[in-house]
Amino acid sequence: MVRRLPRKDVVIVGLGWTGSILAYELSRTGLEVVAIERGPWRDTATDFNIGTAPDELRYAVRHDIFLRPKQETLTMRNNPSQTALPIRKWGSFLPGNGVGGAGVHWNGQTWRFLPDDFRIRSHMLERYGEGIFPENHHIQDWPVSYDELEPYYDKFEYLAGISGKAGNVKGRIQPGGNPFEGARDRDYPTPPMRQGYAQELFTKAASGLGLHPFPRPSANISVAYTNPYGCSMAPCTYCGFCERFGCANYSKASPQTCVLPVLVRQPTFEARTECEVTKVNLAGDGKTATGVTYVDAAGEEWEQPADVVLVCAYALFNVRLLLLSGIGKPYDPASNEGVVGRNYAYQTGSGSTAFFEDAKFNSFAAAGSLGVAADDYNSDNFDHGPHGFVGGASITSAHTNGRPIQFHPTPQGTPNWGSQWKKAVRDTYQRVTSVGAQGSVMSYRNNYLDLDPTYKDPLGRPLMRMTFDYQDNERKMANWMADRCDEVAKAMGAKTTQVNRLVGPWSVVPYQSTHNTGGAVMGSDPKTSVLNRYLQSWDVSNVFVMGASAFPQNAGYNPTGTVGALTYWSLDAIKKYLKSPGPLVQL
Amino acid sequence: MRWRSAILFAALAVIGGAKADPDNYVIARRGRALAIAGDCVACHTAPGGTPLAGGLALATPFGVIMTPNITPDDATGIGRWTKAEFARAMHEGRGRNGAYLYPAFPYPYFAKVTREDTDAIFDYLRTLDPVSNAVNRRTLPFPFSVRALMIGWNSLFFKPGPFVPDPQHSPEFNRGAYLVEGLGHCGACHTPMNAFGANKADQFLQGNRIDEWTAPDITNDQQSGLGKWSVDEVVQYLKNGQTRTTTASGPMRDVVEHSTSKMSEADLRAIAVYLKERGAAGGPVPASVPASDPRMQVGEAIFVDTCSACHTRNGAGVEHLFPRLADNAIVRQSDPTTLVRIILTGVRGAGTDVFPTSPAMPSFGYRLDDNQVAAVVTYIRNSWGNTASPVDAELVKTLRSHVAGPVERSAAQ
Repeated sequence: MVRRLPRKDVVIVGLGWTGSILAYELSRTGLEVVAIERGPWRDTATDFNIGTAPDELRYAVRHDIFLRPKQETLTMRNNPSQTALPIRKWGSFLPGNGVGGAGVHWNGQTWRFLPDDFRIRSHMLERYGEGIFPENHHIQDWPVSYDELEPYYDKFEYLAGISGKAGNVKGRIQPGGNPFEGARDRDYPTPPMRQGYAQELFTKAASGLGLHPFPRPSANISVAYTNPYGCSMAPCTYCGFCERFGCANYSKASPQTCVLPVLVRQPTFEARTECEVTKVNLAGDGKTATGVTYVDAAGEEWEQPADVVLVCAYALFNVRLLLLSGIGKPYDPASNEGVVGRNYAYQTGSGSTAFFEDAKFNSFAAAGSLGVAADDYNSDNFDHGPHGFVGGASITSAHTNGRPIQFHPTPQGTPNWGSQWKKAVRDTYQRVTSVGAQGSVMSYRNNYLDLDPTYKDPLGRPLMRMTFDYQDNERKMANWMADRCDEVAKAMGAKTTQVNRLVGPWSVVPYQSTHNTGGAVMGSDPKTSVLNRYLQSWDVSNVFVMGASAFPQNAGYNPTGTVGALTYWSLDAIKKYLKSPGPLVQL
Repeated sequence: MRWRSAILFAALAVIGGAKADPDNYVIARRGRALAIAGDCVACHTAPGGTPLAGGLALATPFGVIMTPNITPDDATGIGRWTKAEFARAMHEGRGRNGAYLYPAFPYPYFAKVTREDTDAIFDYLRTLDPVSNAVNRRTLPFPFSVRALMIGWNSLFFKPGPFVPDPQHSPEFNRGAYLVEGLGHCGACHTPMNAFGANKADQFLQGNRIDEWTAPDITNDQQSGLGKWSVDEVVQYLKNGQTRTTTASGPMRDVVEHSTSKMSEADLRAIAVYLKERGAAGGPVPASVPASDPRMQVGEAIFVDTCSACHTRNGAGVEHLFPRLADNAIVRQSDPTTLVRIILTGVRGAGTDVFPTSPAMPSFGYRLDDNQVAAVVTYIRNSWGNTASPVDAELVKTLRSHVAGPVERSAAQ
């Protein structure tokens, strides 16, 4: 039996980056806010002990802080002609679980998308004509511009203490920064991280090839910092346990370091952990949410009424919750109608592994966002005319870790075990580095999310089905980028290189990227978007959906910076909505 | 319960001690500020219990004392108390019916609080919601259970009488003295005790071991006291829970979070001025342990491996998060209990409105043995401008047996 709880002003589904920012900003105005999080409470002081946090087996291999597939998983297939099967062990991507969400285990690369990325369809059409677009694409402009988001990017960067070097302050290009970036109002809050030897070689080589290298913007911060909320962070120790780990040094920006200390002091805020929201409830007219229903750790079902529902459950799970709640019309690729689940996208990875004869890279002295990048091949910073693809990539020299279990690259042809393998690992460990390209993925008619017809979760609800593969446009782009990476790797002085191309269908097995985007995209037309430009549901105006599910397609960058900016952008709109409820965009 | 108020009002009228009407917002509010300055909530609240409803078990050398309920509940709290009875408890250490109270309730300090102030506190307490919480007040074993013993104790150690300002000093100093020596009862923790549990008046504020923590020397001593702190730093510490060198932790974390961070800046400044001006009284500076000492060499190796990532190689620490160990009087206390304890069990620092992070140091008790803890603490106490006595492994062993390991969810999983 469902028991009804006293009404709250705001209910938040999921307490990660977006949920915690909204919870704090709204509860500090005196609103009664409850956040419902399906995983456990996690905090630096109680969960990330410096003596036990760098445990590669526990965290990186056994996925201690990730979502358990038993709690929820997805089914997967590469195209609609296949039958999807459940993912039984996370591989290609690793969804977070618990307070802090994926903000606990991220690497910390905190980018702004480029101005062109926000109007990619119009821009490419103007410059190259309709012929540039790939077959069956769903590429569409964002309903918000870079200039509109700039103050909100700034807010998120100052919240997180991001370490970096501005490339463009108020239109003036800054030496040492990224000259391609959109104009920013001021520099990063903290200076760039100290780079390693590989990055030094990359900077020289890339500059020699006419590229414009710069230090990556990093949430593993370079110096002590106290953010505008009063939360303090310590300088990164370059321990190399970022991605897949919680930071025990207060050095990586996360909800734990940047928001929770002030959030838990708010008397009108409440968190309910180990409680899973099963549904956003709708009033009879289907146009207003009345709150949510959730199941607690004991299996008891509760109804939490609220005036506003903020869906902050991670891109994939936002989409599933909308589908399960009947908010928005589900997407159907056959008729190419409907919106929820439409425009799922991902990220490409390609590059070149570089083996040196005489070098000592000390890759164990690393951090999730340590590295230098060049954006000369990202977005439309270069002429796409001769190449016949849309999109681009950031080219990077980075060392995120040199951990013993999972970091031991060997040259091609090395056996997978035995004394030859051991010798190769020993010979290679200090002498290997790589140049990588993390690229954009456009949206397509047949890459989408819907509810699986067969498989269900422990509560009997259908799992979500992911239908995704890289399309020719992405392969062309990623493989062209791999060659560019290889040029740089050779110019760095590598004795041999190994080019890593995007081949075969997308697989869920090897880890690639937890940059799942789309499925509940923002747009100007309710026929091709779930949310309006304020991340407000077109159909149910007291539901707002945060996160990368709103991206109409993915850019050649990590998503968190843009997710943070959109959250602050939407916050202003939510405050407006609270004063005068109703759709914020009239058609 | 209108009838009860009526009866009470009548009773107050008869006794005639009532200057303030309990409904007087201004006085009740002043009483609240005084109750905060006295940190009543720290002792009179059970873990997880309603504030001021009592039930905290205070471990004294003589046995456990359960703190009483001071909400205005008739049956279990102070609902039937009069203002005069309350003042007598504060000033003379006597219960409502005249029974002798134990000095775990720091009436030797509260004796200095003016009647006007005890009345205001009383008025404030009467604005609270009455909470029914019966507390067992007879937990001390014989012979300490005999309250009349306190007659002898009082005659030996208790000097009743109000606070007398020192005309040689500024009003600000005297305000600080009034708070520290009276309501704030700082000396209850920071002053050594004799065998009878009385603070040694001649060693006032010179530091003390209490509940397996070192309450540090807070005289103006250069070696172990506040000698190198400015008045501003003392204010900052009490207000924000931290200064550039240190973060409040242990019992002082509670004092800062519940009491001093909520006090007025003027009162905090008065306390700081008093503490800085009343003089220094530390022991002689001990001979430093030479770097060649094997304990120092072992200690240094452990420090580099285990501590330096946060506290940094030169002991400078990281502002707002990881306390500075270099040239830090807290590190140099003659009693190293706090340092040893923090390494064994870990600790969480104060979180305040200004610095909400409340950073934690994890426990290392599980991987450092007694000799290793003794060595690293000896090293810290004799490096980067610090000089202090070496630490004996026996002390670590004893302390380890007293302090429970940390309850860490991560370890339990």
